[in-house]
Amino acid sequence: MDPIREAMLRPSRSAKIERRGRLISLVCISLIVLVVLAIFFFVASRGLATFFENKVNLWAFLSKTTWAPAVTDAHGAPQVGALPMIVGSFGVTFLSAIIATPFAVGAAIFMTEISPNLGKKILQPVIELLVGIPSVVYGFIGLSVVVPFIRGLFGGTGFGILAGTFVLFVMILPTVTSMTVDALKAVPRHYREASLALGGTRWQTISRVVVRAAMPGILTGIVFGMARAFGEALAVQMVIGNAALLPHNLISPASTLTSVLTSGIGNTVMGSLENNALWSLALLLLLMSLAFNLLIRWIGKKGEMK
Amino acid sequence: MAPKKVDKLATVVLYTIAGVIIVILASLLGYILVQGVPHISWHFLTSPAKSFEAGGGIGIQLFNSFYLLLLSMLISVPLALGAGIYLAEYAKKNWLTDVIRTAIEILSSLPSVVVGLFGFLVFVLQFQFGFSILSGALALTMFNLPLLTRNVEDSLRQVSFMQREAGLALGLSRWETVIHVVIPEALPGIITGMILGAGRVFGEAAALIYTAGQSAPALDFTNWNPLNIASPLNPFRPAETLAVHIWKINSEGIQPDAAAVSAGASAVLIIAVLLFNLVARYVGNRIYKKMTAA
Amino acid sequence: MKKILGFLAVAAVTLLAGCGGGDNGESITAVGSSALQPLVEAAAEQYQTEHLGVFINVQGGGTGTGLSQIQQGAVEIGNSDLFAEEKPGIDAKKLVDHRVAVVGITPIANPGVGVKNLTVVQLRRLFTGEITNWKQVGGKDLPVVVVNRAQGSGTRSTFEKWVLQDRQPIAAQEQDSTGMVRSIVASTPGAVSYVAFSYVDATVRALALNGVTPTDAHVTTNEWPIWSYEHMYTRGQPTGLTKAFLSYILAPATQQRLVAKMGYIPVTAMQVERDADGNVVKRGE
Repeated sequence: MDPIREAMLRPSRSAKIERRGRLISLVCISLIVLVVLAIFFFVASRGLATFFENKVNLWAFLSKTTWAPAVTDAHGAPQVGALPMIVGSFGVTFLSAIIATPFAVGAAIFMTEISPNLGKKILQPVIELLVGIPSVVYGFIGLSVVVPFIRGLFGGTGFGILAGTFVLFVMILPTVTSMTVDALKAVPRHYREASLALGGTRWQTISRVVVRAAMPGILTGIVFGMARAFGEALAVQMVIGNAALLPHNLISPASTLTSVLTSGIGNTVMGSLENNALWSLALLLLLMSLAFNLLIRWIGKKGEMK
Repeated sequence: MAPKKVDKLATVVLYTIAGVIIVILASLLGYILVQGVPHISWHFLTSPAKSFEAGGGIGIQLFNSFYLLLLSMLISVPLALGAGIYLAEYAKKNWLTDVIRTAIEILSSLPSVVVGLFGFLVFVLQFQFGFSILSGALALTMFNLPLLTRNVEDSLRQVSFMQREAGLALGLSRWETVIHVVIPEALPGIITGMILGAGRVFGEAAALIYTAGQSAPALDFTNWNPLNIASPLNPFRPAETLAVHIWKINSEGIQPDAAAVSAGASAVLIIAVLLFNLVARYVGNRIYKKMTAA
Repeated sequence: MKKILGFLAVAAVTLLAGCGGGDNGESITAVGSSALQPLVEAAAEQYQTEHLGVFINVQGGGTGTGLSQIQQGAVEIGNSDLFAEEKPGIDAKKLVDHRVAVVGITPIANPGVGVKNLTVVQLRRLFTGEITNWKQVGGKDLPVVVVNRAQGSGTRSTFEKWVLQDRQPIAAQEQDSTGMVRSIVASTPGAVSYVAFSYVDATVRALALNGVTPTDAHVTTNEWPIWSYEHMYTRGQPTGLTKAFLSYILAPATQQRLVAKMGYIPVTAMQVERDADGNVVKRGE
């Protein structure tokens, strides 16, 4: 064959590298997807067993308020009412997000708009350090500082949603802040310049132009922080009191899905109803984080359309 | 003059917020350090833990934490890089990519105890790795991958398209462009993400209780043969990390000095994370300067 | 790209190297009850220094984990606070019980409640929620704060079996570790809970029951009824290292020195014996 034609038809070195590189990255992503699928399958198969094998009514699971899987009620049905945990989880998640948002957005604005220098030198490392503090340590500080403080202020035991909110607030602050920083940084410079040129003050520029343009990104950050709060276990478990009761105020002991799951899982036997019921809680957590994700995606889409 | 006043006020408020965050962290750190530092001594840092007597140290746990961190980063960083590159550079914008991305993000909000139990059933029992550093590292990888992948993807995306076009125009393949142009440019972001991930791994306890285990058998620090059970390098020995140790002595510890050991260990953990942050930042800057013209 | 390939190669080599080195020396794994873990750990430590080349891996994870893993044969020894018969989902016939120690459990209260002694009925009413203020049992005017262990925990099952006698406890705070329970009781006014004897310290007050104080001596005669065996279950009769290790723990020397020193009650000191249904017989009859 014509050597030139042959050389042209043979894939070049670059093309080979390209193919190999593409393959490597494809293998990596497939591996991750495989792991995710395995976990989904694993959690779902055990979590659904409560309803299919142990014949627990799904509605009873979601709406009843007594959590004692080992004990059957008057009708012989096991008492797996997850409502107190669901309420507790949502309570701490929303409250901590509400408190964390102004702080996170404020800090992010400070870091990008007001004083990038100070922000980079002090706030950024501070926030990264907050991530590095292990949840066990957060939990113990919560237990030895926050809980007694709340007890001193409001009476009661000090354990409850309020204590959980305090701890989670500090824990999700870095997530929300760094994502908000990213969103603010992504706002093109000429937006700011245009606003300043129109005679807007710095705050007007920030509040009416930059934050508005970055809104979808900020919302994503908040929802992301909420997803983290929803899934946090050890620290919350130490301060919320772990009582499977419907919380009637912010300082009465309550529980979250994760706290019940974490504290109970070692004490149950694989395959028993008690164990399956805990996996149902895990499944609920998975579904909730799915919901949070869909929400993030929806916010992102809304932002794109503008 | 109202807008100017508002502007001033807003600036003050923002400074206050920044200050409050710093105060929160400073008091957190201060609290941990004041409680813990008095218990730290050379003996505490190097001697093995005692199960029921006073005077135990955290030497082995400290080593285990670093080794486990190294091993899990060794597994998760290449995977996350590959996956991040795929998502940022190759993935088409379709429903499949959306599903993949959603799946990865959901994994990141799963409580770590679930990841730990999954690791227990799969790595410890199914693959017969036993309670070992390897099982722990794999569990931590699963726990760490979503955030790392997301971070790599985001960092790559932030690199401007012109850089890629320049690479392609020079006749580089897409992959070569990514490796030689885009990644060096995105490196600071990737490294920040890795530091955050490493911090999380270093402090993680729940995922390790069922995988790397809660016992720290004595190690022979003169034996560096990774196949020997007493060797510090053996990935098949059980390894209690510092965070697990803190959790354990606080929950079931019967040492008379449990509170002191726990406070000391927490302080060491924080100091380690702090040092780690500083070193990684320094190294990251050096690499960035070396790999780019900046 | 080279770097990535290099990373992958290192990871793969580590994996392979590890797989080859999994079996050096003889090794067994004991998993389960976190209450028993410190004892087994300490015993394993001593055993390993006396017998070089063996490796005993001791892990916690909870009674439920211990029993389900030994039932599946995934480990050599399953540690449990409860009789296997008491745990639903476990087929006790397949397992062989080795009782290595006894643990006494005592109610504890915050030192400020002003009560030192209770009757069993009073204690039961505290935990079922019928008594809500300490003054109802002769203490100060202070609301009762019940702190429970997590559902299914060995300590809670034992406490409920001997104190509540199948009544439902009030839904209250639950903690999954003894250390947490103790620190909460120590810091919360009016709190009451229960822990193993070895965890009682100056920060909490152990309550006497019907005038009987919670001491090891009272447990050995069953005058203090709230106690349980610590079990190490094997699947079938133990062999090899498992057998040698179990007989090491049960040896009088270990029982008298190690077990007692760590705050457990040696089985050899017990004057009574109790079976899974709670029937008590005098030893040696």
